[in-house]
Amino acid sequence: MSFINKPKVRHPDLPKNELGLTRRDYEGAMSTLCAGCGHDSVTASIIEAIWELGLRPEQLAKLSGIGCSSKTTAYFASGAHGFNGVHGRMPSVAAGANAANRNLHYIGVSGDGDSLSIGFGQFAHAIRRNVNMLYICENNGVYGLTKGQFSASADIGTKSKKGEENQQAPVDPCLAALSLGGTFIARSFSGDKEQLVPLIKAGLMHKGFAMIDVISPCVTFNDHVGSTKSYAFTREHYHEAVHADYIPLRQEIKASYGAGDVLPVQVHDGSTILLRKLDKDYDPTHRGKAFEYLRSKLREGEHVTGLIFVAGGSQDMHDMMGTTDVPLSQLPYETLQPGAAGLAKILKRYA
Amino acid sequence: MAQSPAPQDRVNDFVIKLANVNGTGSASANSLLMKSIFRMGIPVMGKNYFPSNIQGLPTWYEIRVTKDGYVARSGRVDLMVAMNAETYHKDVREVSAGGYLIYDSTWPRATVLTRDDITILGAPLAKICNENFVGVRNRILMKNVMYAGLLAALLEIDVEVIRALLTESYARKPALVDANMKAVQLGYDYAKSHLPCPLPLRVERMDKTRGHIVIDGNTAAGLGAVYAGATVGPWYPITPSTSLMDAFKSFCAKLRVDPETGRNNYAVIQAEDELAAIGMVLGANWNGARAFTATSGPGISLMSEFIGLAYYAEIPAVVFDVQRVGPSTGMPTRTQQCDLMLCAYASHGDTKHVLLFPSNPEECFYMAVQAFDLAERLQTPVFVMSDLDIGMNDWMCPELKWDDSYRPDRGKVLSKEEIEALPKFHRYLDKDDDGIPYRTLPGVSPKGAYFTRGSGHNQYGGYTEDSAEYQVVLDRLLRKFKRARALVPPPVIEATGTSDIGLVAIGSSRGAVNEARDILHKRGIAVDYMRIKAFPFTKEVEAFMASHEKIFVVEQNRDAQLRSLITLETDVPKSKLHSILHYSGLPMTSKEIVEAVIAELGDARRHAALASAT
Repeated sequence: MSFINKPKVRHPDLPKNELGLTRRDYEGAMSTLCAGCGHDSVTASIIEAIWELGLRPEQLAKLSGIGCSSKTTAYFASGAHGFNGVHGRMPSVAAGANAANRNLHYIGVSGDGDSLSIGFGQFAHAIRRNVNMLYICENNGVYGLTKGQFSASADIGTKSKKGEENQQAPVDPCLAALSLGGTFIARSFSGDKEQLVPLIKAGLMHKGFAMIDVISPCVTFNDHVGSTKSYAFTREHYHEAVHADYIPLRQEIKASYGAGDVLPVQVHDGSTILLRKLDKDYDPTHRGKAFEYLRSKLREGEHVTGLIFVAGGSQDMHDMMGTTDVPLSQLPYETLQPGAAGLAKILKRYA
Repeated sequence: MAQSPAPQDRVNDFVIKLANVNGTGSASANSLLMKSIFRMGIPVMGKNYFPSNIQGLPTWYEIRVTKDGYVARSGRVDLMVAMNAETYHKDVREVSAGGYLIYDSTWPRATVLTRDDITILGAPLAKICNENFVGVRNRILMKNVMYAGLLAALLEIDVEVIRALLTESYARKPALVDANMKAVQLGYDYAKSHLPCPLPLRVERMDKTRGHIVIDGNTAAGLGAVYAGATVGPWYPITPSTSLMDAFKSFCAKLRVDPETGRNNYAVIQAEDELAAIGMVLGANWNGARAFTATSGPGISLMSEFIGLAYYAEIPAVVFDVQRVGPSTGMPTRTQQCDLMLCAYASHGDTKHVLLFPSNPEECFYMAVQAFDLAERLQTPVFVMSDLDIGMNDWMCPELKWDDSYRPDRGKVLSKEEIEALPKFHRYLDKDDDGIPYRTLPGVSPKGAYFTRGSGHNQYGGYTEDSAEYQVVLDRLLRKFKRARALVPPPVIEATGTSDIGLVAIGSSRGAVNEARDILHKRGIAVDYMRIKAFPFTKEVEAFMASHEKIFVVEQNRDAQLRSLITLETDVPKSKLHSILHYSGLPMTSKEIVEAVIAELGDARRHAALASAT
């Protein structure tokens, strides 16, 4: 049975957030992933981000598909409802859930197999629909649960554990999202909490589909020499172009970066994402340039990380549909149909 | 069955068939005719046989004028309006002996395409049309309206009723009323001065349509979803279900827009495919909205994986399956009842689903509401098994009624207070011993949080790979399904109390079976009738099966799917069940049921039946 409950004993002096909750209050079940799995670091970053944001656990809804990555929604925020659906179809469940209740924060956790192979269609259309959610793709280039097949994100020339070389071109979720009209596109590394935590916060607060592609090495099947998704390779070919910091509305912005390199982007609730450009030539608000930049760095063998692209003032699914502010699931029944008198009126044209 | 005599003076009892080319506007002219007869108080049936095509292929419309209110096809054609040269050779053959055929005499008619036993009447419709209307498109449209006028004269349809209908349809474009009426009048005048008006087939005012409406099943189902309080409608376009979500959306656009903000109290989402459509339905229902989708057979095939998840994770969902001809793409614009097995056991592993079988648009409306109540009460997918015949044809049916005291049955959903009063919430525990657990909604309380999963889970909602824990949940799901037997609608049974012969049918076969029973009765064969309205089968279904010796199972598919389902799920011996199968893609006729029953009973049995009935 791969399910272990965590002990509930807590140190009395654990730091608390503004709701008076400790990080422990945002934890979930014990992870059953392999020791050293990148996904567990991502889970830790999610816990940190939602604790720092001070969200109530029940304000969250966690969604996932099938695969190692999709198990992780069980490992954080046990006070939030979770939905572990079918392989590659989490985006549609998220879209439906969001259609019913627009007031919750949706966190979808997926992987490269779930998002870029079996679920590529749903991934693409959730981006087009701009479903208001945080979508994390834990990307390790390999199928773990079925023991080491290449995934669609495997680079050309990367080697499997058995020495087989991948021949097919990889799907880059960031390039895909850019071309599909994604409004918040980021890449990070499970080993870089400094970068990942603020990205998760910014993504959760972004109105629309916030996609973070997190390189999250698989210690068991894809961490060997010859793999381009190993810890060592990732650290070596890691290029942070833009660092994002999330500054809540009520907090003063204290930018200590060099003038000209800092770009504030307003989030819909009035909070700010501060973009610190580490590469001066980069413009994370220009879709075409972002695409070109990513491509040119890829040609040099570098993975650009950070907040690659963000569109301010984006229209999410509800804006496009013109849905009312009240969650549809909470509309009183009386307001939904015009009763017997209304029916008689409707039926006149059929008589 | 012997051919009926020539239609001498068949007042309010005959069949008109109109052969057209699709994309020419003939559908509007034909429904105008049907509705005019309906407005004269005479019961009618209208069926549209159209191709899976936008423009240029043959299409037919059949109108049955039926003083006795038989809403099925009779199998006869008394008057053929042959407007399609391409199908003329077929159309002329289809007319019943003694019948009539009207053709456009603008062009010469090949002499080989004639018959001595029918009356052929010509009218130069295209010629008159060209002399009176300008523009190619306009001429094509008006030619159709013109034959409506021609028929009005031949059949004595009240022109004023036609005018009133046109005035209603074109309330915002009065110029169109005039143009259409001009065409009607041209046709009418030509017939009056050149043709033998009226024909022995004709209409006479009655008072048998009061309290009735003419509506298609998809519109009625869409309206039902509005009244059920559904707010989320994800779907993927597929014939013949598309007009269901279209109807829901257009009703919502009128009834569900907040007058102050102009914002929508509903969400219709066109999904990228059926997989996404059902995924969204589950997401929305899981999150507390009433959500549904409409699809047809191919869509169900694609949705099957998610349907299994909904069954196992116990998420309510309503799916309208407007069945069409399979297998594969099949014939998308033809009707069948061919998804019974597919829906009853959709998805891998041990699954069983609740099915409802509406028989006409009226039941589409009521069963739409019922489906949501059942889905939420039972926390499971519920299929409303409509078909193309019900969904896309206009049916005369009793006016829909609404009880203002109705409140949705949201099932066992715990409130915040109830959750917080619990020592601990367990999602899949059978607390009430009825097979139905309690659920909580996201966003309500951290204490109510649980993990919805399609992987093995125990009754507490936790992940499990333990055999015993797994089986506890699986066995309870079966108890829940058995519990559904007491909640779904019972069958409609019409029994003489003396006959040991039974007819069993579902859905759109209803009209044909009703008429067949009357015909058989007149011929001395009393047959009891059970119309099943739901699966799982209720105890009444079992009792009917037990109390009849010979049971004819009437259904519209090749493989006797209803019979299979009955054999699998009841104790009735297979040998008792005799199939009457119809799977041409056209709606069933009463004639084929009568013939099949008589053929099977044989002379000896028929006499025995006669004796037992008297």
